[in-house]
Amino acid sequence: MIRLQHKVRKDAFLLDVDIEIPDTGVTGVFGESGSGKTTLLRCIAGLEGGGGLPAHRRNVGFVFQQPTLFPHLDVRGNINFGEKRAASRRVDSQSVLDMLGVESLLDRSVDTLSGGEAQRVAIAAALARSPDIVLMDEPLASLDRKRKDELLPYFDRLHEELSVPAIYVSHDVEEISRLCDYLVILDEGHVAAHGSLFDVLSRVDIPQLAGRNAGVVLWAVPVDHEDGLTKFDFSDGDIWVPGEFELGRSPVRLRISASDVSIVRERPQQTTILNVLRATVEEIHRVDEARAMVRLGLGNQDLLAQVTNRSVRRFGLREGDRVFAQVKSVTVRR
Amino acid sequence: MSLYGPLWLPAQLAIVTTAILIGIGTPLAWWLARTETRWKPVVQSIVAMPIVLPPTVLGFYLLILLGPQGAIGSWWVSLTGDALTFTFAGLVIASCVYSLPFAVQPLQNAFEALPRQTLERAWTLGASKLDAFFSVAVPLSLRGFVSAAVLTFAHTLGEFGVVLMVGGNIPGETRVVSIAIFDHVESLQYASAHRLSLLLLAFAFIVLFVMFAINHRWRRR
Repeated sequence: MIRLQHKVRKDAFLLDVDIEIPDTGVTGVFGESGSGKTTLLRCIAGLEGGGGLPAHRRNVGFVFQQPTLFPHLDVRGNINFGEKRAASRRVDSQSVLDMLGVESLLDRSVDTLSGGEAQRVAIAAALARSPDIVLMDEPLASLDRKRKDELLPYFDRLHEELSVPAIYVSHDVEEISRLCDYLVILDEGHVAAHGSLFDVLSRVDIPQLAGRNAGVVLWAVPVDHEDGLTKFDFSDGDIWVPGEFELGRSPVRLRISASDVSIVRERPQQTTILNVLRATVEEIHRVDEARAMVRLGLGNQDLLAQVTNRSVRRFGLREGDRVFAQVKSVTVRR
Repeated sequence: MSLYGPLWLPAQLAIVTTAILIGIGTPLAWWLARTETRWKPVVQSIVAMPIVLPPTVLGFYLLILLGPQGAIGSWWVSLTGDALTFTFAGLVIASCVYSLPFAVQPLQNAFEALPRQTLERAWTLGASKLDAFFSVAVPLSLRGFVSAAVLTFAHTLGEFGVVLMVGGNIPGETRVVSIAIFDHVESLQYASAHRLSLLLLAFAFIVLFVMFAINHRWRRR
């Protein structure tokens, strides 16, 4: 485990964090702007002052929101900068170049790079430093949709192949659901919740995860194609998703937004909705005057459904009820 | 004493002054570019003062300060047995004060233009503050260094008032080109005055032209 213990005051803002996160995989830090995400990351890197080791002795790799490179060096020079100063060689620089596809960019001058290429080079440089931990401050936020989509597969590879732990700060739940394994939720400088991605995403009582941010991630295996659909098997049944996704044995992530799940008492006979899953109402949480969040147990995994309080009343919905969950749409994350 | 003697002395003076001022001006400009102290405007004003003060005022104070009875002058006398005024060493000190803003301001502008994130990136990549300064800040501020050196050199070369006050007019010792011109005009030797003036004019133009040309090319890169 890695202990994160940071307390800094900046004018009226106080960041006060003391938690432990796993020393493997990617930890997502999520929160609204002004919640202290970036400040936390900068504290870990030693960029916020306040004592402790200076930044250059902390052995972290920092990836800034704006791709930052040294304009007086070419791509190779930028990547070598940290490598030359590395305390250890635990990250193989050749594999870093491969993972991020920057081999062909090495002799380019940095001002000829696109935003996405520059960010890949910046990440490669941070990794070539052989850091003990990689810190990424919304590395996709400065890029447009198209560049983001170009870059995401590289992050998938990093997530799969990187041997050092990473902290990934973002205000985008979609990115977090795709790339992270552990989740920390920050609210006004304090930790509102933390735990495995799957556990935290299926909680109903986290205000930051209400509304359009609410939704769970399921692990499922793509096993079959039929009618242009792909069948995903998971521990509690199967889910059909439009599109022919690559079949395989290893599970992929399916994200199901709470607003795409509705609840019915009886198994519907006539419905255009493809995916109807048997479920038990585990928890009903009143979000505000209008809305409630319902956690539905499928067996091993959970779904969230966002409904109105009026429906809950009319329906007489109670914890423990046996119901069916209609899933209107599913996003395949990998 | 040849006609061009007064040219060599100021060239020496300008070289020494430029070297010293880049040395002093760099940390001072770095501090000014980074500091958040409320004393910054005070320090900035002091540094910029030689630009607006009449050189004779500056020269007068320096003469008092550097003279054998002055705070610095008496210390120098006890150290070396010589007075500072009317010597080359005295000229160097006076020139450093006089040309300080011409070294500090271009450097400060260059350092202020450095994105903080670029330095932070260098630190997180394992470079200490000093390492980051030399491996990132200096190469990215080269234009500032060239401007500072050229302006300091040219400005020192052409100074008159301060040098006359502090250095006097000793041929081969403290007689610089601007004073030589003044002398020539005073004694109605217009031909000699023309020659030196034209040289200084051409030199000033060439120096400024080279500097602006370099800056222009760098900006286009």
